[in-house]
Amino acid sequence: MSSAVSLQQASHTGHDVDHGHEHHQSFISKYIFSQDHKTIAKQFLITGIIWAIIGGLFSVLFRLQLGFPDTTFPFLEDLLGHWAKGGKISPEFYYALVTMHGTILVFFVLTAGLSGTFANFLIPLQIGARDMASPLLNMLSYWFFFLASVIMMSSLFTQTGPASGGWTIYPPLSALGDASMGSKIGMDLWLMAMAMFIISSLLGGLNYITTILNMRTKGMSMTRLPLTIWALFFTAVLGVLSFPVLFSGVILLLFDRHLGTSFFLSDIVVAGKILPNEGGSAILFQHLFWFLGHPEVYIIILPTMGIASEVMSINARKPIFGYMAMVASLFAICILAFLVWAHHMFVTGMNPFVGSVFVLLTLLIAVPSAIKVFNWLTTLWRGNIRFTPGMLFSIGFVSMFISGGLTGIFLGNSALDIHLHDTYFNIAHFHIVMGVAGMFGMFAGIYHWFPKMFGRYLNNTLAYIHFWVTMVGAYFIFWPMYYEGLAGMPRRYYDYANWESFKMFGGLNEFISVVAIIVFATQLLFVVNFFYSIWKGRKVTTLNPWNANTLEWTTPIKPGHGNWVGEIPEVHRWPYDYSKDGQDFIPQDVPVGENETRH
Amino acid sequence: MSTTAIPTGTKWWNGGRSPFNASYGKVMMWYFLMSDAFTFGAFLISYGTLRFSENYWVDPNHVFSAFPFAEGMNLPLSFVSLMTFILIFSSVTMVLAVHEGHKMNRKAVEKYIFWTIIGGLAFLSCQAWEWTHLLTHQHEVWINGINGAAGHVELWNTTVSHNPFGPEVTINGHQYATPGPVAFGSYFFEITGFHGFHVFSGVIINLIMYIKTKMGHFDQRGHYEMVEKAGLYWHFVDLVWVFVFLCFYLI
Repeated sequence: MSSAVSLQQASHTGHDVDHGHEHHQSFISKYIFSQDHKTIAKQFLITGIIWAIIGGLFSVLFRLQLGFPDTTFPFLEDLLGHWAKGGKISPEFYYALVTMHGTILVFFVLTAGLSGTFANFLIPLQIGARDMASPLLNMLSYWFFFLASVIMMSSLFTQTGPASGGWTIYPPLSALGDASMGSKIGMDLWLMAMAMFIISSLLGGLNYITTILNMRTKGMSMTRLPLTIWALFFTAVLGVLSFPVLFSGVILLLFDRHLGTSFFLSDIVVAGKILPNEGGSAILFQHLFWFLGHPEVYIIILPTMGIASEVMSINARKPIFGYMAMVASLFAICILAFLVWAHHMFVTGMNPFVGSVFVLLTLLIAVPSAIKVFNWLTTLWRGNIRFTPGMLFSIGFVSMFISGGLTGIFLGNSALDIHLHDTYFNIAHFHIVMGVAGMFGMFAGIYHWFPKMFGRYLNNTLAYIHFWVTMVGAYFIFWPMYYEGLAGMPRRYYDYANWESFKMFGGLNEFISVVAIIVFATQLLFVVNFFYSIWKGRKVTTLNPWNANTLEWTTPIKPGHGNWVGEIPEVHRWPYDYSKDGQDFIPQDVPVGENETRH
Repeated sequence: MSTTAIPTGTKWWNGGRSPFNASYGKVMMWYFLMSDAFTFGAFLISYGTLRFSENYWVDPNHVFSAFPFAEGMNLPLSFVSLMTFILIFSSVTMVLAVHEGHKMNRKAVEKYIFWTIIGGLAFLSCQAWEWTHLLTHQHEVWINGINGAAGHVELWNTTVSHNPFGPEVTINGHQYATPGPVAFGSYFFEITGFHGFHVFSGVIINLIMYIKTKMGHFDQRGHYEMVEKAGLYWHFVDLVWVFVFLCFYLI
């Protein structure tokens, strides 16, 4: 047999020699252009948190308009200048706010901030590797993301404002520079930022996949991988195969904007003037966009599914129920994710037969999703539950995933979608199932792995306040929107009070806005807790504070570059041996005893 | 009966080794190529979507009938056949370079990478000529006036926004071309340009491989795997060309 490729063939062999010792690294190579996966993960996390604050603040601003359409807020003019003349947000800026809120939260927080953080942090630590397969590409992945962030951020400060055609950037609003304020330079910056973002996600994704396949420590067979790693693996595959299609769409759109092509434009009259564009198809762009756009929601939710599975098993002190079913359902979701994109386009004039095919494929996703939900519930069943903040957020995640996911079955029916499309019902659905559930999974991960990241604990009291206000608040914000949507209230309306039929929702909208502000303030509490605890939190004194089985807890409290002092541990069992044979937990690196029962 | 017991430690997927017996770089290259295939796939499917929504499409035999230094001669698809031959031949030299790399034969690797680079540059030069010809070669086109205005003749070349390869009309006994479908020029320049950019990157990568080979980096390292990875990329770019060739020139 030909010689096996060594695990440690990665380019960081130099680091292996003296791991555990402090390197004489400059500040720049240690904290800025670091190639250590743990530092890169923290860079992604902190950049993500900054973006989340901005994106959240935007939602508060447009909720002010939605909740109080007749009130003026003079401080807004001080803050935003001509975007809020007389203390009232202008319609153009309102659309810019909702567009950027979506873009930031979907891509910069819940894709880069989530996958970037946990894939980088957990993959080498949990599979038993000293670093990523290519630490250099990993570093570049962050810096392309940083570049994308700078470009996207700069679009907020242009004269004509950031992109404002919705985060889905449908043409012609996005293709014609004169279509609206946000179609000008803001749109170009959006496209350039996303191109950089896609490069970042590609570099990251390639690294995650190859690291998981090639760099597992001895004994870490695929069926002994923690579910976090499985989830991050499928997420990376989704990203690597779906983002390039958006990349194509972005390039074609840039051609349409600047080189006179007509890929997405045809028969357009602007202000009485016929444009020369002909032969293009705006629906083509929607296909290209949603071929990414739908897998994108799974890119958000899969890592949080993995995190929730892991945290719930640890804190219920029980093996995860149905490990193989969990992996199989992740796989099924990964495949189906590529086959359902057109359910976002039922009302764009699609052939009804094609629509019915997409209905069938869409509803099929309910099967693996339900398997996962029942497995989580049965994992909790009769568990010896510790209600740590991470555990609470995981349970909250399951709650959100159920209540948001069930309404997806409504929207997945093309006949019902005619009524519900582009209403607040849709807003409520995807915010609960993807936005809130995604954030909950991310919070669960942060609360759970913060001790490993920084060697300190987050403050528990603040964490419990954070959880309960967010949990209750999120339902108070989004649940009423189901009713508004069923009553036909459309999304993306600047001033719904212009319509007699929606005036009755005035009080409800005011209530939603007030809760939104409270919930946003609570998130700031989390940010304070986060940064305070990095330097001043209670120190971690034991190697394994949660009594967990996975390999990251066999490293020193604050692992250096290279993770393990000495040999990388060998793996002898799956990661879910909790409450087994009278033992509370058996870590993965403990050899299987002679009389031990097999799982 | 032969029962070869395999110790558990040597099972491919059990960790401690690459399950494909391939380095991380090679696995990464394969996944990158899959990703890139989706980029090209999206372009070509978009092209197909617009092409089949048109009532009329250009005749490639008519559009691509020129050959350098053969002005006025009608040689349909002969120049693009030459281009395709050059690119495929450069794949052959690339294979030979990888093969010689396995044998640690530095001189031969140098020679074959050199010829691959020449092939890539030749292909790019051909593309430059083809584009220039389309952009500068003018045809008489019968323009039908809008809103009942009388038609007239204009001289048109091929750009991303127009081309003179529409259906022919007979006006006063004279045959004129009409404006062709806009999507043709747009997609032709966009997709062949994007492919040309890939060839260009491939030439740069091969140039780096050439320099590193010449400096003996791979001999010091003990293997020529990097040449192999560059080879994977180069073959992929060739393979994509086969699809581009099929979509724009043959059907």
